[in-house]
Parts: sequence; C-alpha cells; structure tokens
Amino acid sequence: MGTLREVACGDTAKVMGISARGSMRKRIMDMGITKGCTVTVRRIAPLGDPMEVTVRGYELSLRKSEAESIEVE
Amino acid sequence: MIRAALAGNPNCGKTTLFNKLTGSSQRVGNWPGVTIDRKEGRIKGADAILVDLPGIYSLSPYSPEEIVSRDFLLDESPDVIVNIVDATNMERNLYLTSQILDVGIPTVVALNMMDAVRKDGGEIDTVKLSSALGCRVVGMSALKGEGIEELIAAITEAAASGKVPEPLRLSEAAEASASRISEVLRGKVPDGQIRWYSVKALERDPLALERTGDLEGEILHIVEEMEREMDDDSDSVVASDRYSAVSRAAASSTGKRGASKGRTTSDRIDRIVTDRWLGLPIFAGVMFLVYYISISTIGSWGTDWMNDVFFGEWIIPGMRAWLEGASVDPVLTAFIVDGLIAGFGAVIGFLPQMLVLFVLLVILEDCGYMARIAFVMDRVFRRFGLSGKSFIPVLIGTGCGVPGIMASRTIESERDRRITAMTTTFIPCSAKLPVIALIAGALFGGSALVALASYLVGIAAILMSGIILKKWKSLAGAPSEFIMELPAYHMPGAVTVFRSTLEKTWAFVRKAGTFILLACGLVWFLSTFSWNMVLVEDVNTSMLADMGRALSWMFVPLGWGGDWQFTVGTLTGLLAKENVVGTFGVLFGFSEVSEAGEEIWTMVAAMLTPIAGFSFLLFNLLCAPCFAAIGAMRRELGTWKATGAAVLYQCGLAYAVSLIVFQIGSLAIYGTFGVWTAVSLAVAALLVYLVVSNDPFRMSARRSGEVAC
Repeated sequence: MGTLREVACGDTAKVMGISARGSMRKRIMDMGITKGCTVTVRRIAPLGDPMEVTVRGYELSLRKSEAESIEVE
Repeated sequence: MIRAALAGNPNCGKTTLFNKLTGSSQRVGNWPGVTIDRKEGRIKGADAILVDLPGIYSLSPYSPEEIVSRDFLLDESPDVIVNIVDATNMERNLYLTSQILDVGIPTVVALNMMDAVRKDGGEIDTVKLSSALGCRVVGMSALKGEGIEELIAAITEAAASGKVPEPLRLSEAAEASASRISEVLRGKVPDGQIRWYSVKALERDPLALERTGDLEGEILHIVEEMEREMDDDSDSVVASDRYSAVSRAAASSTGKRGASKGRTTSDRIDRIVTDRWLGLPIFAGVMFLVYYISISTIGSWGTDWMNDVFFGEWIIPGMRAWLEGASVDPVLTAFIVDGLIAGFGAVIGFLPQMLVLFVLLVILEDCGYMARIAFVMDRVFRRFGLSGKSFIPVLIGTGCGVPGIMASRTIESERDRRITAMTTTFIPCSAKLPVIALIAGALFGGSALVALASYLVGIAAILMSGIILKKWKSLAGAPSEFIMELPAYHMPGAVTVFRSTLEKTWAFVRKAGTFILLACGLVWFLSTFSWNMVLVEDVNTSMLADMGRALSWMFVPLGWGGDWQFTVGTLTGLLAKENVVGTFGVLFGFSEVSEAGEEIWTMVAAMLTPIAGFSFLLFNLLCAPCFAAIGAMRRELGTWKATGAAVLYQCGLAYAVSLIVFQIGSLAIYGTFGVWTAVSLAVAALLVYLVVSNDPFRMSARRSGEVAC
C-alpha cells in the first residue's frame, strides 16, 4: 500500500482510493482514475515532474503532488 | 427549426466535425460571463442549428467549460445532443456519454475515427454499441468525411422522434439511492431532468444540491446511508459505476481489438520528445523555429511589407496625392491620411505576422506537441502561478506583444491564461528596442548590458507578477491542477488549420480593431491640433505637448519629470513604442531622426543622468503597452474592467520599479537622500511583502466573511 507517486517507471499499480478533495478529486476520477482500475507509470518529465501514466488505454499527465493523493497497491 | 448541441471530449475531432456539419455558415460569439468562444452554425442540408459546446471530459461543476455546457443542456434544453466519441479511446469518451444520457434529451453518438480503428485492424459493431448505450450510434470519420450524411439523417430523426435515451445503470446500491432521491425531488425539478439531478445529488454535486433548496438535508441523509453501506464516498462509487458501465458497453461492441498502431507510434515519438536529455533541447529547437518563422523571417516580412510598402508607399502617398489633387481641405486630408488610414494600418499591419504565428500554433496544438510543452515546462512555470504553456506568449512577446498576448489562447486554465495575458508585454518587444538603443547610446556608451538588463527586468516582472497576481481575488483559488490528457500525435488536417487560423485572426480584428483605431485617432488628434483647433506645424505646440507639460510633475520622483519632452514621448509610445524616439526627434527640433536617434544623444545626455535615463527606459518598458496590445488584452480578458485593471497594474508596477531604481540608485551613486528615497524604500518593502506573504490582500478573511453572512 502506497501512493502513485512511489510507483516506479514502467510498473503498474491498482488504485485503492483517492484522498484528494474538491475539484482535484473530481478531476482525477473524471479522467478515469477510479477505485479498482490499473495505472501504468510511463515516464517522468525531463525536469523530474510531472509524470505520465497510462490509464484506460490513453496517456495522462499529472503532477507528483497529485499522484500523492492516489492510493495504490 | 431543430436546435442541436455538439458535445465531446477535447482532442476527439470535434472542431473538424463541426466544420464538416456546418460548412461556412458559422457564427462565433461568447458564452455569457466567460472568455470561451461559442460557435454555432446551420447543419448542411437540414433545418437545424448546431451549437458547439466547449471540449469537456465530464459534466462536473468545476471548470468554466463544464459549467457552460451543463447550463446550456439543462436550461436551454436543445432538441438533440450530438455526442462525438473517439473510437480509438472509447472508455474515457463514453464516460461523458454516460452523463449526457442522464440529461433526458434525445442523443446521437457520432463514433469518430472509425478509419483509424480499421487501419489498426480493429472492429467496432455500432449496432451492438447502440443497444448497449440505448441511443443511436453512427460510425464515421470527420477527417475523411465518412458517414456525415448518415449522421445528419440520424440527428433529424432523433429530434423528430423525441425519444429520450435510457440512462446507463449504475450499481444496485447507487441505483436504489438515486431512486430514493428522485422520490424526494419529484415535482421540485423538471420531470425530464429528475434522473440527472438525482444522480448528481448522489455525487454531492454542489450546483445540483443548490437547486434542491431545503431538501438538501433529506438528500444527504440518503447519500450518507449509502456511503456507510458501501464503505466508500458516494462520488467515488458513482464514478466507478459509470466507468464499469461504459467499459461493459465498449467491450460488448468491440470485435477484434486493433493493434493500436497510432498509440505505439505516439509512444515512440514521446520517448524521444519528452526524453530526459533530449526533451529540453527539442523544446528549445521548436521554440526557435516558431520564433524564427513568425518573428525573424516570414511573419515580419509580411508585416514590414504591409507597413512600409502597402501602406507606406502605396496607400498613404497615393491617398494624399489624390486628396491634394482634388484640393480637399488640408485638415481633412491630414485626418484621413495620418489619422484614419494610419490607424487602419496599425490594425491590419499586424495581420500577416498574426496569420503566420497562428498557423504555427494551431499546428503545434493540433498535432499534440502543445500538450508536451506543458508537460516538459510545467515544473519551471508553476512556481510563478503560470502554466508551462506561458513560455510561448512570452517568447512571441519578444517580437511583438500583440501576437504574444493572442498566443495565450492555448492555455486551458482561465486563471493562468489571464495572468499570462496581463504580463506578457513586460518583456521588451522589438518596437521597444529603439528606446533601449537610445538610452544605451546616449547615456551608457552603447553598452550591451543595458539591453540585457532590460530583458532581465522584463522576465523578473513577469515572474514576480505571477506570484503577486495569483493571490488577487479574481485570480486566486486552489492551485489549478495539472491532470491533463497527452493526446496521441496525429497529422493536423489542412482545412482545420486554415479555419482555426482565420477564426483567431478575425477574432483579433473584431475585438481589438475598433479600439486600436479609435485610440490611435485620438492621440493623432491630440498631437496634431492646438487647443483652438488649429492644425499645428510640430508636436511642440499641440494639445498633447501641453498635456505632457501638465503631467510631467508626476515623473519628477522617477528622475525624468523635469523635462516635459520625456512625458510626451511616453504618451506617444501608447500609439506604438517605436514612436518614442521619433517624437523626441521632433520635440528636439529635428524633422527626422534615425531609428536609435543618434542625432539627439548629446541632448538627452545633457538632460538626464544615466540612472534617470535607465529609470525612463524601465518605465517605458513596463508601463501600459501600445494600444494594439491593450486591444489584444481586451480580447483575452473579456471585459474593459479587467483590461483597465491590468493596465493600471502595469503602470503601477512600472512606476514602482522606476522609482526604486532611480531613488536607490541615486542614493548609492550620489548619496542623495530625501523624502522620495524613503518612499521608494517603503515601496520596495511593499513589493517584497506582496511576493513573500501568503495572503497579502486578506482574501481568506474576506472569503470566510462571505460564508458567515
């Protein structure tokens, strides 16, 4: 159990919950990161942040601070 | 007449489809209260109007695009919704569909990019998808023009039948709670929208709950019961249920899964373009190309030709000769030639450059690289309250602030876009270079350090303003999140690029043109006439010169208020910054001076100390930009109130910076200390406080005050 931020490049994790609140929480879920789905970390931006993940068959970028609020296992 | 709404995700070919459906019958307006374009047009060969909703991922109540879309669907109830869905990315696209099906309006799903699915060897059964979604599905390709007629037929049919689709079913528990909520809401909201309000209330959607009035407590009780039973928040339950429902629907209709070559190619390109080592150099290269083409070469050739040849050699002299030949009154001739036509020139002269720039930006946007720019640069800019995409407006702004401000269009977050539009002109544009050359040449022995310092101050002003402005009320709020799709790369369509370019350019002429024309006319009038309405020989005796004399005391603390010529130069700089040097020439008794004003260097050197000259330069670099740029800002900020506030901010910051530089500089160099030195120290302290303090405008206190009453 950890957050998406800690998942290494190329690894896949299963989403257990979203701890963010308000519009960020809604946005994360609207973009397809919901409880039970799998997320693969593709790469990190050249300056170390944000990160790119694959979810539900498409590519999504999000900041590490946002990835921190996504609980995975 | 059928009224149809076109809804869909960003990057799914919505603009292309809209163009295909409506052809050339488009009208562009604004959605109320926001600076988002509202386009509508007549559907070809049908008695129907199509309204293009902004590209959205969800009907949540948070972004202005989403609010505008849901308000339109709920309050203006169109006859039919055309929901465009990217067939290569069904799940996420159908998530929006699942919400649209709840609104209670006949819906047609336009399943776009079927050609790409086939090319990858995949298959989608539209009949099966249609029965899974409970609404008509038409397979098509907007880019290739496939299935357009069938789609138009389906739209008219759906509107005629008025058949409302069956909503997608959520999990047992969510459905049970939603139907309990709908019992509570019955009679309180329109019958057709009861499903929408029940599910949104179940998600604790604040805007939906607002409309339920005093029933909120009762509804939240039902919501909490379900949350206890499911051991999860209701919004999470509903989002997961929606995604499970749409992935079932997608799976039932997908025959063969394609090899998804498009995605593999995209991944390969991304591996290079966002690579740790190559990412930044490639970004720098692309930026250089954009700058080189639009500012250094093709774009400025066009604009120079427009200004120097088309207006300078043909229209203006031709018109003057013709009017003089016809013995028209000299005042009227001057008005038409120097006032009116020169004003038109100020608007139209920018168009070639604008066209070239917009073609490049539209291509970058359309092919998918723009999203990568945000991805690569986000880390640098977000510290300053700006977006990764703010880099482009600032870079373009070094050439010309007008297209620079217009380039801020590509930033999604409204707050970042507004801050960028307000601060882009702090960077010295090419028209400010003669002022820099004048001051450097007259007072600093031509040192290149003056130009370097100008750019550094410009960058510092942009970054500092980003930090300060994001604390201001209308621009404050939670940091905008950066949860962004990185769309698959694809070749941009020529027609779409052409259309978007024309649309953006026309928007500039429409929104900024009148203002630029009027403002230029006014300054021309003030600089050409004396108070008793006599045409003056030189600016010296004009109304503008008197105004300069009347205002010059304001600039005494900045070190250059003693000689009124500098104030007049600053005022004519509002027409175009390159006027500043030319005006000095006239004021100092030369009929014409070279671009950097070599002729007047000794006179300027006699009037100003170097530190006063530098202060004059900084004020002219940072204060209100030329009228054309103010017009462009008006276009991006939406209202005159916001534009006025932006110009005031710019002038205020310019005054503060020049004051600090001159007073503290004088203290350091000449040891002069006076009242203004103390004031400048206080202003410097205030600026530092605005940057450092978390809440300098006491916004949080005001916000909580609002909640209390």
